[in-house]
Amino acid sequence: MTTALEMRNITKQFPGVKALDDVTFTVRKGEIHALCGENGAGKSTLMKVLSGLYPTGSYDGEIVIHGDVKRFSTIKDAEQAGIAIIYQELALAKDLSIAENLFLGKEFARWGVINWDRAFKESEKWLKEVGLTDVSPETRTGTLGIGKQQQVEIAKALSKNANLLILDEPTAALTEQEVDILLSILREFKARGVTCIYISHKLKEVFSIADSVTVLRDGKTVGTYSIEDITEEKVISLMVGRELKQLFPRIEPQTGSIVMKVQNYSVMHPDLPGRKVIDDLSFEIRQGEIFGIAGLMGAGRTELVMSLFGGYSGAVSGTVEIEGKSVRIKSTQQAIKHGLALVSEDRKKYGLVLGMDVKNNITLSSLRHISSGGVIDHQKEIYQGNDYMKALRIKANSVETIVGTLSGGNQQKVVIGKWLMTNPKILILDEPTRGIDVGAKFEIYTLMNELIKQGMAIIMVSSELPELMGMSHRIMVISEGRKTAEFMAEEASQEVIMTAATGGRTG
Amino acid sequence: MKGQTAAETEYNQAAFGSRSWKSWFKFDARAYTMIGALLAIWVLFSLLHERFLSPTNLSNLFLQMSVTSILAIGMVLVIVAGHIDLSVGSLVGFIGGIVAMLNVWYDWPALPVIIVAIAIGALIGCIQGWIIAYKAVPAFIVTLGGMLVFRGLLFGTTGSVTVAPLSPGLKTIGQSYMTDLIGWVIGGIGLLIAAVLVLRKRSSRSKYGFPVEPLALSVLRIIAAGTLILGFVAVMNSYKGIPVPFLMVVVLALIFTFITRNTTFGRQVYAIGGNPEAAKLSGINIKRRVMLVFVLCNTLAAIAALVLTARLNAATMTAGQNYELDAIAACVIGGTSLIGGAGSIMGALIGALVMSSLDNGMSLMNMESFWQYIVKGGILVLAVYVDIHTRNRKNNAA
Repeated sequence: MTTALEMRNITKQFPGVKALDDVTFTVRKGEIHALCGENGAGKSTLMKVLSGLYPTGSYDGEIVIHGDVKRFSTIKDAEQAGIAIIYQELALAKDLSIAENLFLGKEFARWGVINWDRAFKESEKWLKEVGLTDVSPETRTGTLGIGKQQQVEIAKALSKNANLLILDEPTAALTEQEVDILLSILREFKARGVTCIYISHKLKEVFSIADSVTVLRDGKTVGTYSIEDITEEKVISLMVGRELKQLFPRIEPQTGSIVMKVQNYSVMHPDLPGRKVIDDLSFEIRQGEIFGIAGLMGAGRTELVMSLFGGYSGAVSGTVEIEGKSVRIKSTQQAIKHGLALVSEDRKKYGLVLGMDVKNNITLSSLRHISSGGVIDHQKEIYQGNDYMKALRIKANSVETIVGTLSGGNQQKVVIGKWLMTNPKILILDEPTRGIDVGAKFEIYTLMNELIKQGMAIIMVSSELPELMGMSHRIMVISEGRKTAEFMAEEASQEVIMTAATGGRTG
Repeated sequence: MKGQTAAETEYNQAAFGSRSWKSWFKFDARAYTMIGALLAIWVLFSLLHERFLSPTNLSNLFLQMSVTSILAIGMVLVIVAGHIDLSVGSLVGFIGGIVAMLNVWYDWPALPVIIVAIAIGALIGCIQGWIIAYKAVPAFIVTLGGMLVFRGLLFGTTGSVTVAPLSPGLKTIGQSYMTDLIGWVIGGIGLLIAAVLVLRKRSSRSKYGFPVEPLALSVLRIIAAGTLILGFVAVMNSYKGIPVPFLMVVVLALIFTFITRNTTFGRQVYAIGGNPEAAKLSGINIKRRVMLVFVLCNTLAAIAALVLTARLNAATMTAGQNYELDAIAACVIGGTSLIGGAGSIMGALIGALVMSSLDNGMSLMNMESFWQYIVKGGILVLAVYVDIHTRNRKNNAA
């Protein structure tokens, strides 16, 4: 067998981070090659380099396709070399028909006038290739299910004469039947000699379809293995096999009474009827403990905490009790009243008003603490803002500094300050240390300890397993909206968490 | 309140940085640019026409800017919240029609007419605000529809005839002037308020242990405000006195400046415009706030309708036409961001004054009216260009 693709010594730097460090990745012609790694291991970055999204020159190393060195400046260059990438987030124009989507940008047109008959004829041919024979090319793509939309995407890729197909987490949003259909289409392609790179967290799928697997970890290649020579367990250990280098100042839990009890909690997807993003979850949280929630991207962690906080639009069923009383939280105002606080995963989008200054952001959820009769006491606001700035060691010139100009770590502290000012009983931290430097991380861990000492309960969602294991007292693992495991921190290892997160039930 | 230890005072001083005299003047480039542009326009017109800066003309100028100013005050809130209101011009026409009808045809006295007008404005604000906030129909569409509906209602209710003349009582709102004595009293009160505000801020800051500006500077501030206020009264009094509509503008501007800067509602509106997602997740009831913003804006439109109808002494079919655009232009010239989250009442007033000065100056010079459209349009685009340009430069520097 010949080599279809070779990526040699690829290094990609972002400011302050080496996303890819001397990665070498070789794919043989006509195989299905799986690419595995934890969140942030560098899979997506590698594929963005390959697809021309990061143009040549923005990285070091070379890309060799069928023996020729290629330099892609744009996505179009990569497409011409036969590379097509299908992202997790489908990129179809939902209000256009299948035919319009398939030939978007390369319509069969003369003098700008489209020959629709020809477009429909050609569409049918490509739809047949991907096994979509029961829909007309005139169908609006928005009316199709996710699985069929994906098939349209694949047809679109094929119509560009792609011979190297990259699928990034293709099954994240699919039902089981849809997954089966997809896998059988891919097997068919393989038989016809199409090369395929398959990125997935779901190792069961990987082992059912791939010929070989490459594992990335922390931006480096761990190795490439033939699928017969390796086991699921081995892949997991290769994915996580890193030592706990960072220091986690975990203290013993100050466990008190149960503050929150969630039973048979389900959340529906707001747009896709019948799809549950959270399916029958039950758990409880005690005062003075850090409760960790683990899971892969798309497992439903953020949806869970957002809906507990009243900030998710999907319908909810099940019961939530706070301090023994049953509550129904339908809005964020109610959540705050019941003593909940949520530091969201995307602080710029959901946490801060970037154009406002530090004190205005800190007091935003507690304006009644600094006002009487709806009138703000500005000096009191400055005073209290100062207190939080001091306590959280926010590095800013003054409380009147615009938060948009602060570093990520300091912005995160502003968000935390905002929530602490509401005196919460339960503090939910969704990816609390994403994108912030090691020093600021440690400060946030220390702060978490102080808070549980005061009797607060903390829910921490994190993709960083070392952090989750290093800080939480109990860890719940969810996969595809379902709880697959729960253990005390001492019992947890990265391997068992990963096994549970990739769908295997343990414990 | 908490007592201050020496260490805390020291900390606060560190937190605010050491303050030199100069640092107490916050350099707000945008505000200075605006005032500079206004002065440039005034200097230009006074060179071109000797009567531009005469008391008579200045009195007219402030009278003319009143309606646009009142509309602009409400529009600032709407735009800061990230929305737009295209209906206020037609609303001025419609409510003006109702006012004139009740007063002229049914002989209602001034007070009930005023109450009904304001109630109608608030009710319409409720309806438009409810559709926008709770039914999620874009404000652009709802108020574009409103623009047509209210103009239609004006034609329908008045039977497309001019309704005139109003009773003397109602006319005072738009046409009367304060006597010299009352003018001076008002000026004196204004000076007193300015002094109290400056001194209260001093005492409040020292209560919390913040560095306080030098006393001399406070005195200077009070003197500057006093000169401006009393100078204004003197100029107005040398003609007929302070025009009542302008006094209303000043009162409304003070109230709404207070609302935007000192109330939780005002703060929340700025947060909603700055980042609606974050505002919602911070526990702000966005829908209720947005609805209230429209209620306020349309209530102000009712007040503007009273002033305009009283000044014209009639309700006409074209009353208020394109006023929404003048109001929006005033806000934008005054630094309100159409993306939402930023803007000030004071800025909008200066914007309204710029627009009115252009109108007034060009009419004074007997320029044909088509020039007024062209020049005003050009100035609007230029103002926003300058604003965006200076903002980009600031961002690049940061």
